[in-house]
Amino acid sequence: MGRREIRDQGSVVLTVQGLYTEYPNERGEIVRAAQDVTFTVEEGRLFTLLGPSGCGKTTTLRSIAGLERPRAGEISVNGRVVFSSSKGVFVSPNRRGFGMVFQSYAIWPHMTVFENAAFPLEVGDKRYSRTQIRENVMRVLTAVQLDELADRDATKLSGGQQQRLALARALVMEPALLLLDEPLSNLDAKLRDRMRFELKRLQRDLKITTVYVTHDQSEALALSHEIAVMNQGRIQQIGRPRDIYEHPSNQFVADFVGNTNFLEGVVLRPDGPEHYVARADIGEITVRAPRPLKVEERVAISIRPEDVELTETRPSGANVWQATVEQKVFLGEAIDFRVAVGSRPLLSRQHPTLRTPVGGAIFVRVNPEKCVVFSTS
Amino acid sequence: MDERPSFDWKWVVIGACVAFTVYIAVIPLVFLLWQSFRTPQTAATPAVWTLGNYAAAYGTAETFRLFLTSIRFASGASFFAFIVGAALAWMNERTNTPFKSIFYALSLIPLVIPSILFTVSWILLASPQIGIINQLLQNWFGLQQPPFDIYSMGGMIWVDGLHYSPMAFLLMSAAFRAMDPSLEESATMSGANVWQVLWRVTLKLTWPAIFATILILFVRSIESFEVPALLGLPVGIEVFTSSIYTAVHRYPSQVGLASAYGVALLAVTTAGVYAVARLSGRGSKYATMTGKGFRPRQIDLGAWRWATAAGFIVYFVMIVVLPFLVLLWSSFQHFYTVPSREALQNLTLDPYRFILTYPDLPSTVWNSLVLSFGSATVVMLVTSVICWLVVKTKIRGRWLLDNIASLPLVFPGIVLGLAIMIFYLNIDIGIYGTIWIMFIAYVTRFMPYGLRYNTTSMLQIHKELEESAAMCGASWTTTFRRIVLPLLKPGLVAGWIYVMIVSIRELSTSILLYSPDTRVVSIIIWELWQNGQYVELSALGVLFIVSLFFLVLIARWVGGRYGIREA
Repeated sequence: MGRREIRDQGSVVLTVQGLYTEYPNERGEIVRAAQDVTFTVEEGRLFTLLGPSGCGKTTTLRSIAGLERPRAGEISVNGRVVFSSSKGVFVSPNRRGFGMVFQSYAIWPHMTVFENAAFPLEVGDKRYSRTQIRENVMRVLTAVQLDELADRDATKLSGGQQQRLALARALVMEPALLLLDEPLSNLDAKLRDRMRFELKRLQRDLKITTVYVTHDQSEALALSHEIAVMNQGRIQQIGRPRDIYEHPSNQFVADFVGNTNFLEGVVLRPDGPEHYVARADIGEITVRAPRPLKVEERVAISIRPEDVELTETRPSGANVWQATVEQKVFLGEAIDFRVAVGSRPLLSRQHPTLRTPVGGAIFVRVNPEKCVVFSTS
Repeated sequence: MDERPSFDWKWVVIGACVAFTVYIAVIPLVFLLWQSFRTPQTAATPAVWTLGNYAAAYGTAETFRLFLTSIRFASGASFFAFIVGAALAWMNERTNTPFKSIFYALSLIPLVIPSILFTVSWILLASPQIGIINQLLQNWFGLQQPPFDIYSMGGMIWVDGLHYSPMAFLLMSAAFRAMDPSLEESATMSGANVWQVLWRVTLKLTWPAIFATILILFVRSIESFEVPALLGLPVGIEVFTSSIYTAVHRYPSQVGLASAYGVALLAVTTAGVYAVARLSGRGSKYATMTGKGFRPRQIDLGAWRWATAAGFIVYFVMIVVLPFLVLLWSSFQHFYTVPSREALQNLTLDPYRFILTYPDLPSTVWNSLVLSFGSATVVMLVTSVICWLVVKTKIRGRWLLDNIASLPLVFPGIVLGLAIMIFYLNIDIGIYGTIWIMFIAYVTRFMPYGLRYNTTSMLQIHKELEESAAMCGASWTTTFRRIVLPLLKPGLVAGWIYVMIVSIRELSTSILLYSPDTRVVSIIIWELWQNGQYVELSALGVLFIVSLFFLVLIARWVGGRYGIREA
């Protein structure tokens, strides 16, 4: 914990304040992409913008990069204002000095690996000598393990190598900020898993402040120090991965990050400190709610499939229902059950050792601590 | 801080290119319209506003006949070219006709045999007085009358249609090749027989391509100058293009009347080009490309495939072998004669000696080379910037820029020459009669082609390739020079080659703009024809065709090194 607190007090690198963007689509209608987006990123942290397509996450990233011009708001990096609608400041992208990895990697096909990585040092305002360029480029290529391929044509690289080259090119000028736009989405599943570890290692080793955009919630949970979940242009919740997953602040976040079961219900009565009994379509259910609830309040209760416990013998305690197994999906390391409590289906993830057949009777138990309650009235 | 205002070349480059494009594309049109409402200016009387040119041009039955003749000629030539080209394309793409691979060489023909030489060679073959074919047939069969008369509407349609048939072949080949065979196969699986598939799927899907091809050919034919001038004028068959030429070359020259004709011709070509654009715009509905590599099934013709191969060979003889051989033959003669044993003993190199010692030859060749290299370079560089604005930015009015740069497409060569001539006669900035006026004419005329080549390439450049350069700290000019232009190279090189070759054989625009000092090779050919120096013309023609052939070969070799597709 001690180390975390020290890092929490690290200086703020990126500040995004009240960002609004909109652009006309093909039919000339105005699309509102980002609405009042505000967040800060501290030094050395990896900050993720997570959301479904069209939620405004890419627009926000491109506004930070300077590739798009927001309608209103302010963006500053290390105290330098790069965009401010009120002060009329807009620094063009080539003068911001940020590194960026694009979704397509944007590796220039007419250059070699070395030339691609050397480009930022050749065109920037700062002049480098030939030997300085060589040293810097080889150092960064070594970091991404492409040093042996320096003279190869960029088009002859595999997908994973192209991704690493794009990263090297973004890092070579030692940027104040690294921007990553869905950098893993073009890779196949196996490679994606490997590059996820690789990316995390590089970011943690170099301690480079990073903004990461993805629609893949497992990627966001795996890589980030902090996540902002976005929907319809607005930030829904900002928090550490575990907070986002375990304590989603609204139904959208609970639904988008991970799988979940939603139960509709009405609060019946309090049941001890921070605990309530609600009536849901599967019967009475005891839930824990840190926020006070009123009797008769309509609520939605989110329960993760891995928190829906299944046993063949009746367990003791509250929140136990009898159910029948409707369907099973064998996944290898786990098995997904769909069970019905009355007519209400629930999803549950279990260890493959549970072998209750389809149609068989089973008991469902839910820990009140694992129920997340949202008010819907 | 580092927000120092630095001078940005971006807007200088873009501004210069846009201003240049608008200037050269719009000015001729405006002045053509303006001049068509003016009386001729003489020393005694200044020019005044008038509707007289239109009255003179459209008030007579003569003009109506002119219009009908033009339409007859253009429809005849375009349908003839289409039928020949489409049949060959179908045989080549969809049947197992032998020796197919050589037919791709056909795409070279209209490039290396300029229209004027093609027309001249067919005069040498089928003129009633001196045509080899006529004389041989008369000798062999004892005919009283020559069987063919090239100086007729039929002759004009034959020569023009034959010359543009390779274009129809290429366009229709592309259409047949683009068709996804699974569309036909799924019709077969639904129970349709061969004819139902052909009628209800294949033809319906190719219909936009057929219509567009015919329209493009029609516009080309109605713009055609060489064939009507050489074949129609001697026997009084006039079309718009040849009438414009005679109106200007009359004394005193009737520029207003020529402009009125020009405006009418412009209206026809504009309608045609607009229809083609609309058609290809709707084409996406009929898009038959799936992007998967496939080879359409081929129909087995059985023994008939030798008949189709024979058809191909006859066609090849008509369009390449005979025209070239007749020029070659006549280039070794003192006077033009029919091949015979006697004539064979009188072979001479005199025509070549005449041409190679022709006093103006070096300067003429130099003019042609400078003009074609210069205009190709300027066209490709300027249109690359224009194309970037149109394709890569969201600037308002970019569609207008695209249309303005494509505007010269509707100008028949001779009308463009006329318009530019009028403008620089009235606005004297000292370039009338110099090589610059021809340079401007060439750049204007071929700008739309440059734009098309660049657009095809530009669309393939992912916008993130540029954005990543900006993120690396590169300015717009650096990005354009180091990222966009190198990536655009396939289109740039292919377009450059095309524009260079079409400029070097340009005649119909140059003919109204040249002066004795600024003649180009095609003008020399024209003058030799006017003087009746057929054998000397043949020698120059042979040299010209051979040089163009090698130029195309070298260009393709260079292009191949840059990995470009066939242009």
